[in-house]
Amino acid sequence: MAQHMRKGARVQALTANRLQDGIVVYLTPDNRWSEKMQDADVADGKEEAAALLARGQAFLGSKDVVDVYLFEVEGDEHGGIRAMSVREAIRQAGPTVRPDLGKQAEGKV
Amino acid sequence: MYRYDEFDHQLVRERVKQFRGQVARRLSGEITEDEFKPLRLMNGVYLQLHAYMLRIAVPYGTLSSRQLRKLAELARKYDRGYGHFTTRQNLQLNWPALKDMPNLIEELATVEMHCIQTSGNCIRNVTSDHYAGAAEGEVEDPRIICEIIRQWSTFHPEFSYLPRKFKIAVSATEHDRAAIRVHDIGIRVLKNGLGETGYEVWIGGGLGRTPIIGKKVGDFIRREDLLSYLEAALRVYNMSGRRDNMYKSRIKILVHEIGEAEMKRRVEAEFEEIRKEGRLQLPDEEVERIRRYFAAPAFETLPDQSAELDAEMAKDEDFAHWVRQNTVKHKTPGYAIVNISLKPIGGTPGDISSEQMEAVADLAEKYAFSELRAAHEQNLTFAHVRKQDLRAVYDGLSAAGLATPNIGLISDQIACPGLDYCALANARSIPLAQEISERFADLKLQHDIGRLHINISGCINACGHHHVGHIGILGVDKKGIENYQITLGGAADEIASVGDIIGPGFTDDKIVDAIETIVMTYLDIRQEGEIFLDTYRRVGLQPFKDKLYATH
Ligand code: SF4
Repeated sequence: MAQHMRKGARVQALTANRLQDGIVVYLTPDNRWSEKMQDADVADGKEEAAALLARGQAFLGSKDVVDVYLFEVEGDEHGGIRAMSVREAIRQAGPTVRPDLGKQAEGKV
Repeated sequence: MYRYDEFDHQLVRERVKQFRGQVARRLSGEITEDEFKPLRLMNGVYLQLHAYMLRIAVPYGTLSSRQLRKLAELARKYDRGYGHFTTRQNLQLNWPALKDMPNLIEELATVEMHCIQTSGNCIRNVTSDHYAGAAEGEVEDPRIICEIIRQWSTFHPEFSYLPRKFKIAVSATEHDRAAIRVHDIGIRVLKNGLGETGYEVWIGGGLGRTPIIGKKVGDFIRREDLLSYLEAALRVYNMSGRRDNMYKSRIKILVHEIGEAEMKRRVEAEFEEIRKEGRLQLPDEEVERIRRYFAAPAFETLPDQSAELDAEMAKDEDFAHWVRQNTVKHKTPGYAIVNISLKPIGGTPGDISSEQMEAVADLAEKYAFSELRAAHEQNLTFAHVRKQDLRAVYDGLSAAGLATPNIGLISDQIACPGLDYCALANARSIPLAQEISERFADLKLQHDIGRLHINISGCINACGHHHVGHIGILGVDKKGIENYQITLGGAADEIASVGDIIGPGFTDDKIVDAIETIVMTYLDIRQEGEIFLDTYRRVGLQPFKDKLYATH
């Protein structure tokens, strides 16, 4: 995924919270919701982003997820992606003051 | 302590049943999120960054040992083994799953607790002085009137959809520990020249985007008239408060826009009407009935000085420190008020583990009449402890990691959950509080600095009361990067004031140094006997500004 990124374009992934338990999830290329950000599909540029968002929003009437939205990512040094904002980085990992809790503690990166 | 009557039981039971049905319909996809969201919020269920959050009401901050034990159990069973006490004297669980929520609140109801009125545009859980019933100079227990307000406001049909949320606080001593001047309505219980008890009513205070100190609108409202007066104030607000703009919808904006005199006129006109109906007249018998729930426990007749305590203090320096810093004079000889700090050095302000809750519940049972309080400063209080039992209480708290002797000192900070948990946050609050407490960990230095309140909020909603911190810190978002703005000179007590912004903000790696510069400047320029706030009020912003923004 990350290898497809063009330099300079806005690259985004799609996130939501799972309805049942509120856990943060990401939309994958095969339209599943994964707890791991590395599984996320990424959209390169405006048009792809709109398509990705539409795929996510199709779930809104369902019982799977709530609060679907796009957020910006960039490539990391391991060929994966990382969230650009502090907010999304914390959402992805868990509270910075409780490294024993959240995805950071469950190996779900 | 107040016990639920049949009416309350019935209400809560019905609410649990109703919510169980609503959750089931949502999980099965029968209702949409748009339909469900207001329903879950009415039951205190929020969606935060990592999970759902449940806000549990602790009416006027009073809890029994039995209730705290249940909270410990629920936090272990449905959450990650801890809870967070907020500046509204509530307890929040950070990780419960929606599917578990009905069972959770049903179990909560077995100890007469619920999450009603912890969210939405209604009259929220009423807050009060955590020293209620124990404070010297108290006119009467402020919880009596809190409870009367609670009963009046619970599911009040006219006030379920106010322009915005509505917060009431009550204090019954001259020294205000309940921050009544920064609430939508603040009530001070007082006596008039004839020795009759009545209420001073402050309207239109609040923090958030537009911090305003409340105005004294009612000078002396007679006991039997209080509910009529409150109903009048709420009615004026409900009719005239703005619904077009969320940022202008609190009662403080209305008072600000129409002016104090006009507000007074409108409230009094409405008050006369309501009083004529007589419907809300508070009968003496009813007040007496509720007063009995808050009757003082059976205090023993004791000498004020305890030889045992004195001997223990002489023997153990750490214990003596704790007694001096964390306990307060009680109105009854031989007793003390004990504050339990939830601010260990480097810890999360207001957080408490299930094990700690159980330890506190046990100690309360043994030494404090099975009762405790949540303070809006995010600490706990045992209101009544025999001085001769202080050693045992201290030992028990120490074993649970709850004996940090820092009440009122620089490391006793208020901090909201911030960007570590909160979906509305711009920046983190907790790591800042941790770093500041570590920077000033040395107790000798803390004592030298003296009373100093640092309050931290992760966004302009001001749950961390930053405007009224002696030093306030507000997290703002600068293009996805956390940035922190400092205010100086705020206070929430009887001489309430909103802090002044000192200048441009600081990044997260500079903010703690900036706080240190401010504190060191104060130590340099303070005069004999001054605390930070006194010095600030004497010299103003300039000397601090000069030091902070000096170009090297
Ligand atoms: S002040 Fe802002 S960041 Fe802090 S708890 Fe309130 S809403 Fe969340």
